[in-house]
Amino acid sequence: MPARKEKIVLPLIAVLLGFLLGSLIVILTGRSPVSMYAAIIKGFSGIDIINGQPINTRYIGEFIIQAMPIILTGLSFAFASRTGLFSIGAEGQLMMGSISATAVAILVQAPKVIHLPMVLLAAILGGALWGAIPGFLKARYNVHEVVVTIMMNYIALHFNNYMILNIFGSVDKVKTVPFPDSALLKSPFLESITRNSRLNWGFIPVLLAVLIFSFIINKTTFGFSLRAVGHNKEAARYAGMKVNRNIIASMAIAGAFAGLAGGIITVGTFNFGRVIQAAEGYGFDGIAVALVGGNEALGILLAGLLFGGLKAAQPLMQSQGIPREIAGIIQASIVLFVAMKFGIKMVLDKFERKQVPTTEGERV
Amino acid sequence: MPNIVEMLHITKDFPGIRANDDITLQVEERSIHALLGENGAGKSTLMSILFGLYQPDAGTIRIRGKEVKVSDPNVATALGIGMVHQHFKLVHNFTVTENIILGMEPRKGILVDMHKAEQKVEEISKLYGLAVDPKAKIDEISVSMQQRVEILKMLYRDAEILIFDEPTAVLTPQEIRELMQIMRRLVEEGKTILLITHKLREIKEVADVCSILRRGKLVGTVPVADTDEERMAEMMVGRQVSFHVQKTRAKPGDVLLRVEGLNVKNQKGVLGVRNLSLSVRAGEILGLCGIDGNGQTELVHAITGLTKVESGHIFLRDIDITHLSINERSDLGLGHIPEDRQKHGLILDFTLGENFVIHNYYKEPFAHWGILNKKAILDNAQRLIREFDVRSGQGPLTPARAMSGGNQQKAIVAREIDRSPDVFIVVQPTRGLDVGAIEYIHKRIIGERDKNKAILLVSLELDEIMDLSDRIAVIYNGEIVGIVDAATTNENELGLMMSGALHKAHEATQTGREPAHV
Repeated sequence: MPARKEKIVLPLIAVLLGFLLGSLIVILTGRSPVSMYAAIIKGFSGIDIINGQPINTRYIGEFIIQAMPIILTGLSFAFASRTGLFSIGAEGQLMMGSISATAVAILVQAPKVIHLPMVLLAAILGGALWGAIPGFLKARYNVHEVVVTIMMNYIALHFNNYMILNIFGSVDKVKTVPFPDSALLKSPFLESITRNSRLNWGFIPVLLAVLIFSFIINKTTFGFSLRAVGHNKEAARYAGMKVNRNIIASMAIAGAFAGLAGGIITVGTFNFGRVIQAAEGYGFDGIAVALVGGNEALGILLAGLLFGGLKAAQPLMQSQGIPREIAGIIQASIVLFVAMKFGIKMVLDKFERKQVPTTEGERV
Repeated sequence: MPNIVEMLHITKDFPGIRANDDITLQVEERSIHALLGENGAGKSTLMSILFGLYQPDAGTIRIRGKEVKVSDPNVATALGIGMVHQHFKLVHNFTVTENIILGMEPRKGILVDMHKAEQKVEEISKLYGLAVDPKAKIDEISVSMQQRVEILKMLYRDAEILIFDEPTAVLTPQEIRELMQIMRRLVEEGKTILLITHKLREIKEVADVCSILRRGKLVGTVPVADTDEERMAEMMVGRQVSFHVQKTRAKPGDVLLRVEGLNVKNQKGVLGVRNLSLSVRAGEILGLCGIDGNGQTELVHAITGLTKVESGHIFLRDIDITHLSINERSDLGLGHIPEDRQKHGLILDFTLGENFVIHNYYKEPFAHWGILNKKAILDNAQRLIREFDVRSGQGPLTPARAMSGGNQQKAIVAREIDRSPDVFIVVQPTRGLDVGAIEYIHKRIIGERDKNKAILLVSLELDEIMDLSDRIAVIYNGEIVGIVDAATTNENELGLMMSGALHKAHEATQTGREPAHV
């Protein structure tokens, strides 16, 4: 099978197998997979196939809300990964994006055209800085980025909570005062067409981020040298590329994507800074999204939508009497099957080989 | 003797290329059967089919007269077929014995019976004169010893038919002679050997029969005793090949590269290059010869900027480049064909086209305002592929990983020669190439010399050094022990210097300067 076709077919098969395994588990627990799929379809499209009601666009809005941050954390993980780095820092970078956005949202007063971009830029810079630190430590002292990024997630969590509680004045020990309207991505129009979902303008920076990712990686000389370093550091050095600079830059850009996710959640989904009890899983979901999306921009967009939809379908499944954890199991098994892509490929190749003699046999 | 292996009418297609086209190969038991062909002629593919790594699209295989289907390497092993790959497949922090028994460990209860395994390895090693220490770690033994471990791995699994894929590509002349002896010993003990190579001299020396492939087709099978090297070369390339490089006398000009009192540490942290000085003039080729591991790598890495220098200076023209970055050196006109093609030379997951521009990707015409110009990159690739006859399945879009070793080498040489640097560090330029390609690349290197470039040629192949160089410097234990005129020296003298038995430093500098007065 040609490599290009493989990149599309293998994840699709993994997704299919993931759903199959999910259905099997539902059957094993003595419930009907039909109601599971009904819930999932409702989560994605708002169509209720069981009661035959008209489309409820609120579900579409909520599903996109779920997908937006994990598409960005997916881009974050993938960007570092293309430079040969394994960054688990998206979660913390996202929190630093949140707190930076919160700071600018509360402390700055300006008209929306200036204030909102400033808020998002602050989120991007906050995440980028938080990403650059492990990049620098890796480049300068060869400290492994996995260890540093994990630790920095904790620092970011507690830094965020300290700032919210002590600096920005929490109103009830959980959140800050509400942000002014000029800092928000919220849109009455989008809310009105999606029956008061939390859908907001945040999807525009997300789509831009997908395009920018693809542009940097595929079209620019910078992306060329990043990929070179990712594939073969020694050869990149031989060719005169600045390997250490690339490592720092790549981690910073990865952090920028995650930081933007934090900004969008803070001024899009919410309208106040909030105390975070524990990691919310955006970082790990991002890793899964990047894996399923094959570290390619378009793949990450699609995988992010898929996983966002499954997240959105969880409460619906519960209301159908299906344990919400099934959605998690489907997600996990999709990732598992993607990781088993060589096995799937072998089975496919064997299947293709068997096809050849039979067609010849028929001709005879 | 009956035929032990028969591959009949084998055909195998890859995307864009027919690697094997109706090939029939019959191998007599207890013989050494050589498989000769250019890079990418289909030798490795054919042997991979026999070893079960690929499935043929058409044709049948018979082993000991019985038709078989070798669906994977396990089947091949069960049939008594073993293969030593060009790139070894060993676990580096395991011992020799651990590597050999991997996958079929003798047991004592639930434990591995290491003692018994070591004894058996020792036994086999003695029987075939391999002299391998069963307890040594792979990390600690030389490349040629690692190769013997691969041979032992086959023998431990009772292989009768042994496939060697270009076994001499990684060996020194001395080690090659030893390998030849081992191969003869194996045949005496009843084994059959299939030898993939493009080195005519080795075939002449060790093989009984030779099958020649060209562009996926079998050209013929000849008894080696009745055929001379010229005839085999002609069958392989499809035209007459000259073994000797045609060149005029050098007209050396100014000194372009000067190394003064250089000290460089090696990977173990001790000095690999010690107080070394040499200079290369415009319009001459200085050959650097020596036994592998005598400081060549460290010297080259110091000049090109891959390794830091302890002390001493490197001048390009009159600019001190000792502490400049690799990129700055390259911009000043330093070029480098690296020794290790997979570590430094290529990014295997990049396409061939991308690999051609890894130095210049950010310069015009390959990029404008930081945006890559894919068309310029593609055009550049097509030109180099044509000019240097780099063969690959999908042209510029072939991933470098999917190319044969020889064509990978050609790609690197093409890229570096095309940049036409003023000071050109050429390391093992024809490693793993066939005579046709060697002839062409030698011609191009001489061409660069005649364009008044300064060339430092580092090679383990004495023939190559003697053929191409104008002057020859011999390195031993990190020091230059002699510089001699290539026209007046001989293999014997160089050999003595390479082993450290003879020093000729002073006299040699004199001879070296002579042509300048002509």
